[in-house]
Amino acid sequence: MNHLPQAWGRPRDDVYGAYDASYLQTSGPKQATQQPIVTGTSVIAMKFNEGVVIAADNLASYGALARFTDVKRLRVFLDSSVVGFSGDVSDMQYLDRHLNELAIDEAYDLETAATKDTSKPSGKLNAANLHKYLQKVLYKRRSDFDPLWNQILVAGFDAASKPFLASVDLRGTAFTSPSLATGFGAALAQPIMRNYAATEEDAARLTREEAVNVVKDCMKVLFYRDARSLDKYSIAVVTKDGVELKENEQLERQSWAFAERIKGYGTQTV
Amino acid sequence: MTSIGTGYDLANSIYSPDGRNFQVEYAVKAVENGGTSIGIRCKDGVVLAVEKVIASKLLKPNANKRIATVDRHLGIVYSGMIPDGRHLVDRARDEARNHRDTFKSPIPTRDLANRMGGYMQAYTLYQSVRPFGVTAILGGFDSDLEQPVDGEVGSGPSCGGGGKVEGQKHGGPWLAMIEPSGTYWGYYGAATGKGRQAAKAELEKLNLAAGEITIKEAVKEAARIIYIAHDDNKDKDFELEMSWISGSDGPTKGKHVEVPSDLLAEAEGLARKAIEKDLEGDDEEEKDKMEE
Repeated sequence: MNHLPQAWGRPRDDVYGAYDASYLQTSGPKQATQQPIVTGTSVIAMKFNEGVVIAADNLASYGALARFTDVKRLRVFLDSSVVGFSGDVSDMQYLDRHLNELAIDEAYDLETAATKDTSKPSGKLNAANLHKYLQKVLYKRRSDFDPLWNQILVAGFDAASKPFLASVDLRGTAFTSPSLATGFGAALAQPIMRNYAATEEDAARLTREEAVNVVKDCMKVLFYRDARSLDKYSIAVVTKDGVELKENEQLERQSWAFAERIKGYGTQTV
Repeated sequence: MTSIGTGYDLANSIYSPDGRNFQVEYAVKAVENGGTSIGIRCKDGVVLAVEKVIASKLLKPNANKRIATVDRHLGIVYSGMIPDGRHLVDRARDEARNHRDTFKSPIPTRDLANRMGGYMQAYTLYQSVRPFGVTAILGGFDSDLEQPVDGEVGSGPSCGGGGKVEGQKHGGPWLAMIEPSGTYWGYYGAATGKGRQAAKAELEKLNLAAGEITIKEAVKEAARIIYIAHDDNKDKDFELEMSWISGSDGPTKGKHVEVPSDLLAEAEGLARKAIEKDLEGDDEEEKDKMEE
């Protein structure tokens, strides 16, 4: 009997003939992720005078299928930052676990964990640090030709305790702006948010209530026009007092009256 | 010790004829010289406290921490050889992370006690190592909430088996003490180090098993007990370090954190007053005796 490891669990050659091992070889180059599978759509966020508001709907789509309708795509980091994920949901879970480990490392330092005074910059990892870190992770993965298929928004505060909002995508491209949106939101929500906060100065004049209302309106527009979206969404407001996260919001006062005027789809013959 | 010179104390892995491992017993001696640490398990959380004898006036006050966070909901304090304790904490952090990697959920406090007990026990078996010169007190609060798996995105099925028994209470505070031999027991109140006898006597008076004392009261009791335990060692200055862990609805929101400085100051003030009162009482007794 052939007792060598490569013969373990295989049919015996003397009984069944030579084993066809061809399926064990992969032909061609190694293939990493070619496309996202289960996906989350837009994340939108904008700064206001004393913080940042960020929102994403609760849908994870499997292609065009609305597969999971209770998916929380906003994740709180260290009670002081929020990370919003769009793109591949399994990659988001991977990153979420990774950030969880990072947050536990931060908690090892008892002194900072007990520091409640957020007016002074603490040694704690802030949103700017977190964004830079995620950028490095995503860029490393794209350089390995095995990208994490996400575009991510990070909301919180920087080292100078100023509201911070930035984006990073699957290629490690990072940028910042007073308002940001990923995916379809970049086309549909971004122009609306820019009406209210085109510059940092505009954003610094916005109140919390105004900013929340603009973001809620944008979520509504996204639900109207993005076919991979949901009317259930999560919204988080980051201020110096911490993070207020609501994960089961419902779009209110929808009006589909405009739909009657839309022509050119489906079975309509103009 | 009668065994000295008999050769049975020279290494682990050799029993004495009467069935003792002297190396472990010597490790316990090392613990008995360390600063007192205590842990109190109360109805809504756990408090850990340690007496840090100030070795030098050049040390920065409050800078050298002795209580370590192992996971968000877990803390360890130890008495004995400090580097041994540090290594133990490193190991505990690895175990906690390992549990998260495997099970995608935080490690229950008693599981960590079990793993750490096993780890310390391994250091009593081999010629090439010595047992840990520390006794560690491990406190934690296992969340009583329906917790999502780490990294989970949905909320799971709304019906069907969820693994929890309805109406039964899950999670809660837990406290364990692990000795150099690897022995660990769950406790309501645990004390180790130099002042353990006095501390244990005080802990017993609190009637912790009844589950009446709250975490805020326990902080004050812990401070008082450390001050009492320090009494025999009066000529040396010390610093009190305390941490606490409550449930998600309590003051620490399920996390192991340092006791805030204002509460610590209040507890220390009360502890000093209690000690002074005791001293006055003693003085009066002595006076009575003198008069007699």
